[in-house]
Parts: sequence; structure tokens; C-alpha cells
Amino acid sequence: MRLHEYQAKQVFSDAGIPTPASELAGTVDEAVAAAEEIGYPVAIKAQVHVGGRGKAGGIKLVDDADEAEEAAEDILGMDLKGYTVDRVLVEEAVDFVNELYVGVTMDRGEGKPVAMVSTRGGVNIEEVAEEDPDAIAREHIDPAFGMHPYQARKAVYDAGVDREIARDVASVLTTLYQLWDDRDGADAEINPLMVTSDDDVIAADAVFNVDEDALFRQPELQEMEEEGEFAESELDQKADEYGFDYVRLSGNVGIIGNGAGLVMTTLDLVDHYGGEPANFLDVGGGAKADRIANALDMVFSDENVDSVVFNIFGGITRGDEVAKGINQALEQFDEIPKPVVVRLAGTNWEEGMEILNEDLVTVEKTLESAVQRAVDYAEEVEA
Amino acid sequence: MSVLVDEDSRVIVQGITGGEGKFHTEQMIEYGTNVVAGAVPGKGGQEVAGVPVYDTVAEAAEAEDADTSVVFVPPAFAGDACFEALGVDELDLVVTITEGIPTQDVSRVYRRLQETDAYLVGPNCPGVITPGEAKLGILPGNIFEAGRVGLVSRSGTLTYQVVDSLTQRGIGQSTAIGIGGDPIIGTSFVEALALFEQDDKTDAVVMCGEIGGEDEEEAAAYIDEYMTTPVAGFIAGRTAPPGKRMGHAGAIVSGSGTGTAQSKIDALESAGAPVGDTPEEVVDNVEDLL
Repeated sequence: MRLHEYQAKQVFSDAGIPTPASELAGTVDEAVAAAEEIGYPVAIKAQVHVGGRGKAGGIKLVDDADEAEEAAEDILGMDLKGYTVDRVLVEEAVDFVNELYVGVTMDRGEGKPVAMVSTRGGVNIEEVAEEDPDAIAREHIDPAFGMHPYQARKAVYDAGVDREIARDVASVLTTLYQLWDDRDGADAEINPLMVTSDDDVIAADAVFNVDEDALFRQPELQEMEEEGEFAESELDQKADEYGFDYVRLSGNVGIIGNGAGLVMTTLDLVDHYGGEPANFLDVGGGAKADRIANALDMVFSDENVDSVVFNIFGGITRGDEVAKGINQALEQFDEIPKPVVVRLAGTNWEEGMEILNEDLVTVEKTLESAVQRAVDYAEEVEA
Repeated sequence: MSVLVDEDSRVIVQGITGGEGKFHTEQMIEYGTNVVAGAVPGKGGQEVAGVPVYDTVAEAAEAEDADTSVVFVPPAFAGDACFEALGVDELDLVVTITEGIPTQDVSRVYRRLQETDAYLVGPNCPGVITPGEAKLGILPGNIFEAGRVGLVSRSGTLTYQVVDSLTQRGIGQSTAIGIGGDPIIGTSFVEALALFEQDDKTDAVVMCGEIGGEDEEEAAAYIDEYMTTPVAGFIAGRTAPPGKRMGHAGAIVSGSGTGTAQSKIDALESAGAPVGDTPEEVVDNVEDLL
């Protein structure tokens, strides 16, 4: 779960990391008022979960009220890579001489956290990591002990940060790690950490991704997530409401299955047989009839979908429940909106086949034949 | 010899009094698994599915001479349950079924694991089965058939799919290990492959990987260098776009292009492990390797 910039800044600032003065605005008037209060120049920044906002026109620097009004008008309501901007952060523009990168994440290969510092901040850090991995100093942290201050200093020295600001940067990194640890962070990043001509450091951007699985013990972040849902698409909101792992893709064959690996395999098979997957939708383990019906509702709601393939291999999930759910979802239609192909295997699949209303769906015995059939249906619709 | 579990394994179920714990304990016993005790704080003295329950894992292990534990504890408490099991010397295998344990908790469990000689399988995995002998976890026993092909996979349902295809073509399995789809797991592909390499009941191994991380690439290097037992591979997630998490917490292709399906396929194939495009092709490859 990713916090919006304004939320991450709040969390960082509360922990003691310096951030620029800023205010959230939902209308042009609010934005101008906020700019007047903060004092020019200010940056007006779209609050949506996409990278490269600046290049896409989602961040503008302004020097007076007229410019602020114009920028807020341009940005509010604009479409940024599929997201409609409906809030902006109005923020004090910091006069800087240098930009650094500071981050903490989980190194999955090592199974432990890693703290990172680089003097090449202000740019796409993934590109830096690829082109010049040595430009990022890394320090692995033993999760049993947490980060010692010397480790923060070491990372800062290894990165070649100027002496005048090394202490402050180490202090920011220590705080960032503590925050990441306390708040169940997945990734915490400041890019750029700006250095002013007075040798102050200030977090000009803030990223905080929270481990979804730990939200139960982070009530404050859970609230922020709910408050931040304004920028989600209708389908994403529906997936949240139903509690599905759902990823929208660009094709037209809708896919529903159980278990991440099997659903990914179904996607790959659609591609293998010449079709294009419209989505990834995992109903999870042990899904009951209602959940199956909700899954069909989700995929039918995607107007790009031309056909649907259901691939269930029951372990905990039972074929009879799946069949009930499919019937339940389809019997409400006078005419089935899109052809549905069903493949059931594993626990109680025979009971499921007896229950399944075969007037409403196409049944296939194997994974391969089911996918092929769904791809054929989608092609017929497109033709 | 078999891998990790056999008919002599003496098993504790942590969380045996919960819905899942109870149901799957019954299933495991029905399959023939030697479940000797349950462990649930505050529930000591009870009995579930004919099995005595103890308050602590240590008590259960000592009283019933156990060597293995299966964890069905809810995510908020599962990290603690793993610590408890790893703290008991008698236990050399801990299988954690629980899905959704906070990653930082798993990171600490993993850290603790390095100080022990035990194996931890999972979390977020379907378990381990030696067909005809015993199963630990939630795998549907009826699709498995005893035989000579080992299986290791990050995904539960994909395991079932491949096993079903193997069984229908008359190819039985020695042991199947679901290692789990989380970003941090105990037993890795490399460790599982090493166990199969040493197992005289395993003539070939199927390895089902997926996008995300570099475990499959490491496994490929291991296969290249050490494996004499042939390996057939499968990689899920070829169509996954970068930056999107595909269900499994570990299944995400990073923006910088590592952890892609193609890099994993290339690594396995250059290590001499053929990678099938479909589960059926994987079984074709296994037939060729045997």
C-alpha cells in the first residue's frame, strides 16, 4: 500500500525529518490561498500514485498568484497515466545546491533490511542502480538488532556525502530506518533530499509503501489508505471492496482463478494461444459462492472484456461452492453478457460439475482447452 | 530415505484448535500422517481429532517425542509461533502454512533460523507431501501418486496442476515441497534441490518458479554446478507487467528489469533444465528426462 506524497511527508515530518511547508488543496481557490499563505515561489504537485509526475506536467513551479491559479487549473482534473488528479500539494519551493537520495527497503534475497544513500539524488534511482550500482552505498541491517548509528554514518561516508552535511544525512537515515521499522514499511525513500546553501537538509519528496499484511497493527496508516483512495479507478475500488488481488491488463480475455501461480499460468496460456489477458484476478483460497459471484461481477464490469475463463484447481477451495457462485452470478441475467468458460479440478470438482448450470457456461475438462476456447470466443467478438 | 517427511515423522500442529488447524489435522491423519500433538497457548489438556493439546510447543515435543511442527496460526501471531518452534531443539522441520505474515516478522524469523539446524518451509505455502507416507499442510492428497519425481514450487495451486498432469500420465512423485510465494521464505529452491539431489528415491525434479526475486536464477546456477538429477522447469508470469504485484507478495517484476520470467527461463535452460511453455509441456519434458 502506497501513501500519497502529502501523507508520507506528514509521517516523515512527525518523526522529525525536515520537510518543506506545504498544504493540500482540492480546488483552484484552495490552491491559491495555500500558495499565498506559504509565500512564493511554491511548487504545485499532483497527488496521484504515478512516477515521473514532473515530466508528465503534474508538477509546476509558480512565482505569483496568477501563475498559481493557472497551474492549479491545469493540474487539477488532468489525466496522469490513467489517474484523474483531484488534489494537489502546494509546497514551499526549496532553494537547493545539491540533491541526495536516501532509502530503506527489504532486500528479499538477503532476507534483511538494507539502508541506501546516494549523492545522485533527484533522478530516477532505478536507472542509477542499473547504470552505476556503485553510486549507491548500501548497508544491510540485522533485523534482530536494528540499525546502529555507526551503520548510518558508514553508508553516508561510503556514498561520499560532503562532510558539512554528513551528520545531518546520517541522522535522517537513522530516523527513516526507525520509521520504516516501527511502521511496517516496505519501501521508504526520500528523493531528493535537498541540501540548501546553508547546509540544511530537507525532504523534497517522500515515498512510503506499507506492508499490506501489517496494516492490522498500523491503524493510523490504515486510515490514511482509506482517505487516499480518491484517486483510484472504479475497478480498483471494487477490487478493494471485494478484497481481491486484481491487476488490470490491456487485453480482452477476462481471467479468474485461485492461487497466484495458477492464475499467472492461466494468463501466460492465454498469451500462448494467441489471446491477450484482460486482468489478473485471484479469488484466493477457500472462496465461497458469494466471492465467486463477486469475481464474475468484477470482470464483467471491465468493458474491455470479451470472454471469461474460470480456472479453479481446488485444494481448500471446493468445486461445489465455485459452481454455486457461477450459477448465482449468471442466473440474474436474461442474457449472459460475455461467454464464460469454466474448468474445475481438484476438491469436489465432480459435485461442482453436477451443480453447474451448463446452459449458461461452456465447460472444458483441461486447463489448455479452457483457455483455447476463451481465446476463440474473444476473437469471434472482435471479428 | 525420503525428503523432509516420511511415515515416521512425528508431527505437532500449532493452532490445532482453530478452524483450519482442526480441519487439516483431520485430513493429515486420514492421509496417514503421524500427528502426535497440538500446541495452543491456554488450550493445554484439551483433545482435538483424538490428539492431545499442550500449552507450549516445547511441552508437546517432549511429551510426544515430536520432530516436526506445522503452523496454522493466524498471521498476527504466526511469527511468534515460528520463533517458538525454532526454539525447540527436538524439532528439525517447521512448516508454516499461514498466509499474510508481515514481512518484517518473517525477516526476524529468517534471522533466527540461521542460528538453528532446522528447516523452515514457507510461510504462505501448501506444505510438504511424500505420497503414500505422510503429508504436512493443506495439499489435496488424492491427486498425488507415489513415484520417483520430486517437485518444488512457489505456488500451491500450480503444484496441484502439475502433479495432476503427472499423475494422469502415470508419473508418480517422491516428495513435493511447496516453498511459498512470499518475498522472504525459509527453504529456498537451492536447498530443496540439494535435498532431492541426495534422495535416492528421486530420479528427476520439477521446479515451478515465477516472476520476482532471483531465487530461480540462483537455483539455475546450482543445477549447473551440482545437480546430477535432471530438472524440468516451469516459470509463471511471462505476461506480467513490471511494477505490478501478481497476488503473491514476492511476484513482482522490479522496474529495473530483474526477476523477469525470461531471465529465469534463460538461466534454467542454459543450466540444462528444459522449461515448458505449458504445464503439459513440463510433463512431456519430465518423460524425456526419465
